[in-house]
Amino acid sequence: MILSKDTMQIVHEQNVVPFRNRVKELATKIGMSLVNQTKLITAASELVRNMLKYANGGKILLEIISNNGRTGVRLTFMDEGPGIADVQQAMRDGFSTGKSLGLGLPGAKRLVNEFDIKSKPGEGTTVTITHWKNGR
Amino acid sequence: MDRIPILKMGPYLLVTIQVDLYDRLALTLENDLINMVSKTGARGVLIDISAVSIVDSFMGRILGNIASMSRIMDAETVVVGMQPAVAITLVELGLTLQGVYTALDVEKGMELLQTKIGIIEDPEDEDEEVPDDDTV
Repeated sequence: MILSKDTMQIVHEQNVVPFRNRVKELATKIGMSLVNQTKLITAASELVRNMLKYANGGKILLEIISNNGRTGVRLTFMDEGPGIADVQQAMRDGFSTGKSLGLGLPGAKRLVNEFDIKSKPGEGTTVTITHWKNGR
Repeated sequence: MDRIPILKMGPYLLVTIQVDLYDRLALTLENDLINMVSKTGARGVLIDISAVSIVDSFMGRILGNIASMSRIMDAETVVVGMQPAVAITLVELGLTLQGVYTALDVEKGMELLQTKIGIIEDPEDEDEEVPDDDTV
């Protein structure tokens, strides 16, 4: 069940801090602990950077969801960039086509409770992460 | 354009990050710090991140870069005041900040810097290195 829904357009770097603040607001609203908030926002920060760097931005769906008595924050990152040719490879630690440390995707996955990535070369990438209030 | 102030105090450069870092701001800081080390001949750099609530892989990389660059220029870097939630998140993300000295707070950080660059001989363990001028 979706309790609240909001979208944000990310077109340049200046959108990142307001986006992180918005995620923090949602996490605070459902009473997420500080450590879990930090994990969620850090994961979100990695993903939004990827979106800007590889796809020149995109759209983010921010939701508060409830499922079996659990409440959580779900973020969906949608871009229409070049897509990822080999998702498995992109999910490996230390792999990067840019000059980064290659921790973004695999690191983000480790930080949140649920992680899903769909990508089609030439069409774009959609990453969905969910972090529950009492996750872990 | 936003800038993070760098304070010079004796042989040290002090930086307190009080705002949410976005990528360009972090890059500017890296640049400014290295230039300051070169210009002032500073021997130690202390970066206080106690007000920083998010350190993701990019910011982590910048901290690492600052440490390695200053080392090449004969200055040591200590990062102090990391929030517990940030530390937990960083390790889970896969970033261990190798090569970056850390300390709990500014005071301990300054002590560490002083020992690293050998400015003070700790009066408590004065006998560690015997001066070679007297006593036959």
